[in-house]
Amino acid sequence: MFLWFHKLGSPPHFYRIAGKWIPWLTGIFLVLLVAGLYGGLIEAPPDYQQGESYRIIFVHVPSAWMSLFIYVVMAICGIVIIVWRMKLAEVVLISSAPIGASFTFLALVTGSLWGKPMWGTYWVWDARLTSELILLFLYLGVIGLHNAIEDKRVAARAVAILALVGVVNIPIIHYSVEWWHSLHQGPTVTKFDKPSIHWSMLLPLLLMALAFQVYYVLALFHKCRVELLQRERNSKWVEEL
Amino acid sequence: MSSRLSLLQAFVFLLRRDLLLAFRNRAEYAMPLLFFVLVITLFPLALGALPELLARIAPGIIWVAALLAAMLSLDSIFRSDFDDGSLEQILLSAHPVAILVLAKVSAHWLVTGLPLLIVAPLLAEMLGMPGQAQATLLLTILIGTPILSMVGAIGVALTVGLRKGGIILSLLVLPLYVPVLIFAASAIENAAMGFEVSAQIYMLLAFLLLSVSLSPWATAAALRMSAS
Amino acid sequence: MPETALLESQDLSCIRNDRALFEHLDFTLESGEMLVVEGPNGCGKTSLLRILTGLRLADSGEVLWRGQPIDRLAGDYYEQVTYVGHHDGVKHELSCLENLRLARAMGVPSERDLDDVLEQVNLYAYGDSEVGSMSAGQKRRLALARLLATDSMIWILDEPFTSLDKSSMAMFTTLFEQHLQRDGIIVATSHHDITLPTLALQRLNLGQPA
Repeated sequence: MFLWFHKLGSPPHFYRIAGKWIPWLTGIFLVLLVAGLYGGLIEAPPDYQQGESYRIIFVHVPSAWMSLFIYVVMAICGIVIIVWRMKLAEVVLISSAPIGASFTFLALVTGSLWGKPMWGTYWVWDARLTSELILLFLYLGVIGLHNAIEDKRVAARAVAILALVGVVNIPIIHYSVEWWHSLHQGPTVTKFDKPSIHWSMLLPLLLMALAFQVYYVLALFHKCRVELLQRERNSKWVEEL
Repeated sequence: MSSRLSLLQAFVFLLRRDLLLAFRNRAEYAMPLLFFVLVITLFPLALGALPELLARIAPGIIWVAALLAAMLSLDSIFRSDFDDGSLEQILLSAHPVAILVLAKVSAHWLVTGLPLLIVAPLLAEMLGMPGQAQATLLLTILIGTPILSMVGAIGVALTVGLRKGGIILSLLVLPLYVPVLIFAASAIENAAMGFEVSAQIYMLLAFLLLSVSLSPWATAAALRMSAS
Repeated sequence: MPETALLESQDLSCIRNDRALFEHLDFTLESGEMLVVEGPNGCGKTSLLRILTGLRLADSGEVLWRGQPIDRLAGDYYEQVTYVGHHDGVKHELSCLENLRLARAMGVPSERDLDDVLEQVNLYAYGDSEVGSMSAGQKRRLALARLLATDSMIWILDEPFTSLDKSSMAMFTTLFEQHLQRDGIIVATSHHDITLPTLALQRLNLGQPA
């Protein structure tokens, strides 16, 4: 197990393995995406209250999940960087940040698009949307800090610390915002927490979530390969390619 | 054979040294306080001086201004030590760096956070905040501003080596200030309406404990990164 | 002879901006030995010194103190080390004495009286004056006075003689020699030629940058 971990951690090995996986992952992603979209947009019945417009949750909810998930992955990489100084973790952390920021942005956009028919306005200070907005700032902070530091290994240590500080704060921020929202509850109705959801809606939702996960790994592999080539451009294994 | 000072002595020594430095640069440290007053003065000018409106938004204004003033003052925690090499000496100290960081941040709070307590009642009066809310206002400043210093110190430690650190610093730190802002402003608002505020105060105390126990370690790690 | 060397560098490499400044550097230092690191600008002298203090992380390899990696020893290593870097590390708003007291509080205070320390580096008359008003050479002497104010075995000195005049250089050379005779260790870089009248030096040339 440790040996495998160690081997995967070596850049040339990862580069090769990731290269082999990419076509397979692309295929799996497309299948899941088509199945999820078909189930969500065509098979699932319209909501009795919200009609057709609720269907945006098939994009909104998985991207909101991913936005949190990717930050946690970054924090785990942060621990690995600080404790073991593993190069691959640095690459994964840095490559994850823009993907996570994109999912957060997607969650915000789909959330506000949903708001238009539901609340008659593109933006309401809903607890979930507000949390996502702050999460987007946290992602942008990670990206900004990384870009500002020239030495990439030092930059990786900096964002590792920042990601760990962020991951401690995310639950605090999240519950603070929820609490704040419950205090200032306006005329809006919270649309997101349905006590029970019919399986014909749940299944496509899970399929989409899975598709997004696979997409994350796929995008991550692509970005990591590019980042690795850039970082190790003077080393022997890159020249041999 | 002589031996090193006890940790407490080193802590007190560094704290006193920073207070002495602040005293000798006192003009510089007065700036954030002036800024705090100035920002609050802008709101009535922008929104009109309707007493009901001002009293309604006073808690929010005061706390947003406190966040901005804290942001403005943060850079001075480590800036001069970084520039003149004193930071290297602190990192190479025989004592745990996190404790020394705690001393420096405490000194910084004493000269930038604590003075807000003195001007806050004055500003509250000017904004027409009801009397029963003012004690709560002071309490939130007393508990909240050290959190701002502790959390902000991590951000400064991460950016002190950068040429354009200032802009990034606000992006790193302000989102982390959100919980303090929410609970502090809400406590004052509740007090103004005569409601119970203990829930908010306990939350702020919990944040304070958490930040005092965790942030010095993160700050120390970030300083090592910045110094390398 | 103990089996493990006191201060040992194992396979140190330092890479900056994709360029290897030095690779696979091994050396050992026993008590009473001094290492002078030489080489042209940009060859990694300062980086090597900072790796020895633990301020900078090596890209590979380790620095061992009595056989233990220094990053694990932390405070137990740092109480043995006094570092005078490129920056003086003195506060301009404080007086000479206040600066030295701080240095003592951060490390292990020596038994010398601080007035004697200042006397030794010819700053006795400046004890209570603010450092900001002093000349570059005087600030450098104050920075080096930390070596006497604290009780540490390893002195790591980055260009110690910057801005010093001839007589000060001679004075500090004598101090170095005394430190080595008391079983201390010194690692230094210098553009000025350091020679000790009675003791031999190790020299390490980091060579041309690639």
